[in-house]
Amino acid sequence: MAVVDIRRRTGYLFLAVIVGHVILISTQVTTRRGVPMLEEAVFGVFSEVQRVANSVASGVRSSWQDYFALQQVRAENEQLKQQLADLRVRLQQERGLAEQSQSLQKLLELKTTSALTTTAANVIAGGASPEFRTITIDKGTRDGLHADMAVIAPAGVVGRVIQPSGRASKVQLLIDRSAAAGALIERTRAQGVVIGTGADELRMDYVSGSADVKAGDIVVTSGIDGIYPKGFVIGQIQSVRRGGGEYSAILIRPAVDFNSLEAVLIVTTPPPAGDATGTAGAGQDHE
Amino acid sequence: MKAAGVLVAIALALALQTSLARFVVGGTAALDLVLVVVIYVALTSGPVTGMLAGSLAGIIQDALSSGTIGIGGLAKAVVGFAAGVIGQQFIVTAAFPRFVMFVVATIVHAALFMGMYVVLGLKEFRSPWAAVLSQALANAAVGIFAFAIIESLPGAMERRRFRRSKR
Repeated sequence: MAVVDIRRRTGYLFLAVIVGHVILISTQVTTRRGVPMLEEAVFGVFSEVQRVANSVASGVRSSWQDYFALQQVRAENEQLKQQLADLRVRLQQERGLAEQSQSLQKLLELKTTSALTTTAANVIAGGASPEFRTITIDKGTRDGLHADMAVIAPAGVVGRVIQPSGRASKVQLLIDRSAAAGALIERTRAQGVVIGTGADELRMDYVSGSADVKAGDIVVTSGIDGIYPKGFVIGQIQSVRRGGGEYSAILIRPAVDFNSLEAVLIVTTPPPAGDATGTAGAGQDHE
Repeated sequence: MKAAGVLVAIALALALQTSLARFVVGGTAALDLVLVVVIYVALTSGPVTGMLAGSLAGIIQDALSSGTIGIGGLAKAVVGFAAGVIGQQFIVTAAFPRFVMFVVATIVHAALFMGMYVVLGLKEFRSPWAAVLSQALANAAVGIFAFAIIESLPGAMERRRFRRSKR
């Protein structure tokens, strides 16, 4: 009966809900420390729901494919795709190592570089809200993952782990509005910061207006943010607009197709200490 | 019973938004299924249910995203309440008024959501209008389709029962 009475007082109820939300928001905005408990708990519980939903969806899809496809040909195709993905990752690692050694030779220094260790994970869910570009993967702290680990795909950089739970992790895609990474243009070595736009393209900021940059140039990670390993492909420059300002306006087409991600690799080796210097904010939320 | 139905609808929308949408539409950026459910609930059940559904769904959506918990909840609660009030005051049963309702509600939601982020200095949105408009049209299309399906179900079942009884 009491519930009925409250429901009749629509105005008060509306006000109470609004005030409740405002309090909830303000506590988070002022503290800004760690992950909120509610977020952690809801994510922990719902990641299991996402896992089940993904299993059902994958099961249905797999059955559908199995019914129509020739088993042997499909298995062989999967194997070849896997091999190709491995080779593309290795190619990127080699490219990074080659660039690194070239720079080191120029400086007449000798350093030993260690190969990256990665762990594979499946994408089990997309973003819950269209305004945030995130995905959920099926590996978490139990698999040795923690926040700020780089996430890559055979084609290039995907993003970083922002919230690991026991058996799943939330990954912020590089195209998210709050995402950023230290980057350089492969051909000219001009440095800048790549920032997500929320759409399927990236922006490169802080590149001098006088720097030699043109459409078609490949943009790779610089490693200076301490999150993304050096030399991994971010994308290709789509357009360069030189205004009257100090910096050029550069748009990048990402190398990774974020809409069809199914499996990713998480870099479990932290980038070499020498790379992680300067640029506060790169690779992290830039808000 | 009604509350359970609303909860199931929200859970289904969240599951679809996060898990199945990427298989169906190749990404989630152009559609907010949770908002569609909130508007549907508001139009069919009134402002209080719409507001509570919006609040709950928005908070869960916030928690599952990397945003500030409460901003999406607040935006969806206001939209749910307003849609419910309009649904009670005006006749919103034809396809076109419903379409307009979904479009306007999506735009209002986006304005509130992005506005709060900008006012609080948490995020910046550079020229989001094309994305908001495409989301509004997509939400409206899905909403109209959902209304048509749900409203045709009782009639279809009745016809089936009638055909069976004639045999």
